[in-house]
Amino acid sequence: MELNRKPEAVTAGTPAGFFQEARTLIKENIREYGMYIALFVIMITFTIMTDGLFMSSRNISNLLDATGYIAVLAVGMTLVIVIRQIDLSVGFAAGFLGAIAAILLTQAGVSMYITIPIILVLGAVLGLINGVLIAKIGIPSFVATLAGMLVFRGALLQITEKTGTIIIKDEHFNAIGNGFIPSIVEVNGLHLLSLVLGLLCIVLYVLSEISTRRNKLKYEFEVISKPIFALKLVFVSAIIAYITWILAQYNGFSWTVVIMLLVVVVYHFLTTRTVLGRHIYAVGSNPEAAHLSGINVKKITYIVFGSMGMLAALSGILFTSRLQSATTTAGTLFELDAIAAAYIGGVSSAGGVGKVTGAIIGAIVMASLSSGMNLLGVGISYQYMIRGGVLAAAVIFDVMTRKKRG
Amino acid sequence: MSENILGMRQISKEFTGVKALASVNFKVKKGEIHCLVGENGAGKSTLMKVLSGVYPYGTYEGDIVFEGAVQQFHKITDSVKAGIVIIYQELALFPDLTVYENIFAGNEVKRGKLVDWNRTIVNAKDMLRKVKLNINPETLVKDLGVGKQQLVEIAKALSKDVKLLILDEPTAALNEDDSENLLQLLRELKTQGITCIMISHKLKEVISIADSATVLRDGQTICTLDGSKGEITENAIIKHMVGREINDIYPKRPNPSIGEDVLELRNWSAFDPQLGRHVAKNVNFHVRKGEIVGIAGLMGSGRTELALSIFGNPKAYKLQGELVLEGVPRKFAHTSDAIGAGIAYVTEDRKGNGLFLAQDIKSNITAAHLRGISTSGVINDNEEVKIASEYKNSMHIKAPSVIQLVGKLSGGNQQKVSLGKWLFVGPKLLILDEPTRGIDVGAKFEIYTIMNKLISEGMSIIMISSELGEVLGMSDRVYVMAEGEIKGELSIAEADQEKIMQLATQ
Repeated sequence: MELNRKPEAVTAGTPAGFFQEARTLIKENIREYGMYIALFVIMITFTIMTDGLFMSSRNISNLLDATGYIAVLAVGMTLVIVIRQIDLSVGFAAGFLGAIAAILLTQAGVSMYITIPIILVLGAVLGLINGVLIAKIGIPSFVATLAGMLVFRGALLQITEKTGTIIIKDEHFNAIGNGFIPSIVEVNGLHLLSLVLGLLCIVLYVLSEISTRRNKLKYEFEVISKPIFALKLVFVSAIIAYITWILAQYNGFSWTVVIMLLVVVVYHFLTTRTVLGRHIYAVGSNPEAAHLSGINVKKITYIVFGSMGMLAALSGILFTSRLQSATTTAGTLFELDAIAAAYIGGVSSAGGVGKVTGAIIGAIVMASLSSGMNLLGVGISYQYMIRGGVLAAAVIFDVMTRKKRG
Repeated sequence: MSENILGMRQISKEFTGVKALASVNFKVKKGEIHCLVGENGAGKSTLMKVLSGVYPYGTYEGDIVFEGAVQQFHKITDSVKAGIVIIYQELALFPDLTVYENIFAGNEVKRGKLVDWNRTIVNAKDMLRKVKLNINPETLVKDLGVGKQQLVEIAKALSKDVKLLILDEPTAALNEDDSENLLQLLRELKTQGITCIMISHKLKEVISIADSATVLRDGQTICTLDGSKGEITENAIIKHMVGREINDIYPKRPNPSIGEDVLELRNWSAFDPQLGRHVAKNVNFHVRKGEIVGIAGLMGSGRTELALSIFGNPKAYKLQGELVLEGVPRKFAHTSDAIGAGIAYVTEDRKGNGLFLAQDIKSNITAAHLRGISTSGVINDNEEVKIASEYKNSMHIKAPSVIQLVGKLSGGNQQKVSLGKWLFVGPKLLILDEPTRGIDVGAKFEIYTIMNKLISEGMSIIMISSELGEVLGMSDRVYVMAEGEIKGELSIAEADQEKIMQLATQ
């Protein structure tokens, strides 16, 4: 590594060089960092305004659990928007599929270990139908999924009409939205397994960052200087450690958080490391060029909508389990929350740009706003307006920074 | 003789460093039909855009004198007000509106602030009578054929009290009857005192209709021929169109060792259901191992469409005839099948449908052959960087690293990325569509050198090009296309600029 030192490393030793590099780094990655900075500012502000209540173990745990069902939708929605489409049907699809799950669990008496795969497959099939309408028949996705939204809403009402709210008594199922991973041993009131998981996350993160940097150096790509790199590692590790610490003081990691993390890890890998991921971004950034490169644009559309449907099913399961029941209005406005989260997370409607990790941050930003304002007792009318304002501001910021660099 | 209605004096126009027009002088007499001819890129359309205010006053140098006064057109409506109307090759009609709505679009017949639809229809009928189009003005434009749509455009121009009518390749998309009909109408409009400038590539048409003809070449006026003196002949026009010295240098290559047929097309036709006509008609041709076959022709002659119909047919044309690849008849359902069979197509429009501009060099180079850098669907990043770097070095792609975004590269380097992407696929047959359009001389030479290296390694190349010098300098054999048909095949020994242009302008 020492042999491959880049010229910038010479100045990086001095404090002036350090700050200069930090400044250019922020300037060049303002869009991506902006999102994290915004989240940071929101959290600090609420913590101060609520005298620390916002950052309490209980609140953070609740906040993350409340993010879960929107976050998984936002992940799927990011890919849908990346390929220049939209899916408005996911909210009521989630509600409808959650109700089907409830019926299977209660009236049909099916075990949850069979119910969940059935619901996920059913979701994928519904998503695939959207994909066929859009790619094969050529209906604009806005219209096709708007139709789907109405159909699913009707279907949800239909199956919950006789019974009204369906209460679920299956404890294992309800644990998905309310339960926590077992602690094994409690040490001084701290949740051990959660601490171990948090530590594991930090180790994996540090190792992967170091190996990426080493690879880049091997090919003599530009890398950030050592002090800044070290600072970044320490900073991110500290945040993971802090969140883990907070959660471990309460009940530890909830199943929702674990599922959310799994979805992010799988989709992050899929989008950044696989041929399928490349094809999705290729279709999004230039569909015609993708077709001429031998990529089957229709097939990619089917896959993306199929995955969206499956995640809608997962969202439905998380939400139903959290409420421990299926209601007649489950899923209302989920799709718009997911779209908002994806846009705050940096996806571009021009196609081909957007990260899965961004979508999660976007979802957490929105959930933090709701949570913070609830703690402060802000009226629901103002909450909607403020969240709308934040969404608009995020997109304006995005457009401005893109223009500047373009 | 009669006075000039239009004089364009010393017109120069530059696009970021490229001179499109250099001190062009262009005069048109009142009441004549004046044809403007020249190769693609000679500056004809640019000159007409300057005249009609598309390029506003101040963005070019020189004067426009119309009806005796110097004019300053800041926008298109200014030139329309003066009586100059331009009709583009791609018609500017609204297909889902009626004929009468189209004729008066932007020029509505009003009573007070509101549109007077009754009077609009009556006036539209008048205009249609003038262009001898016997249709109901309430017909939708999309239900008309291209020939009739063209007449609606002219009716629209007449409704604006046109004095000087400009037509950009009006007959390019028309069949012979419709073309003859249109030319007849122009002659009649002439008797009513309307002056007409027509850009055309069909020399027979020019000879039959022009009172005078001006030849442009490389942004300069070469000459104006006078029809009344019998100066407008096919030979004279072609001579002036192509008279350029070929001083581009083409790299030498050792005598090619040409082998068996790699690709053969037999009675190959492609019908475009959207345009409602054949884009390639009854094409017979073959390409052998280790040779460069040039396909010459003017823009819109069906060369790109032919290439796409071979390359997995992404535009979903209706195909007829036989495609034989290395002795085996093949049918491709998708571009991926064509790629799998060893065909690669480097597009003419690298920014539009060739590259992923928002992605980096390495992702672009591997985009068509991700299988080559992945195991069971997972990409090997190291392998990708290694391969992309090899192409970057061997093709001299100038960029700090392979993670540079392609959108930030110069045209020449983008073209090399585009070419590298297809070389990584490892094709037997490489179709290059305008391989050096819009790139500088140095990069051109590098691309020619790469081409020579490829055929010496046994690849076959089809090179579609509008640059005659390139066709003559690089090909082993030349096909000339016009109107979707192969108009002739020339060995490189017998081919010259005049012969190619003669076949291309049939």
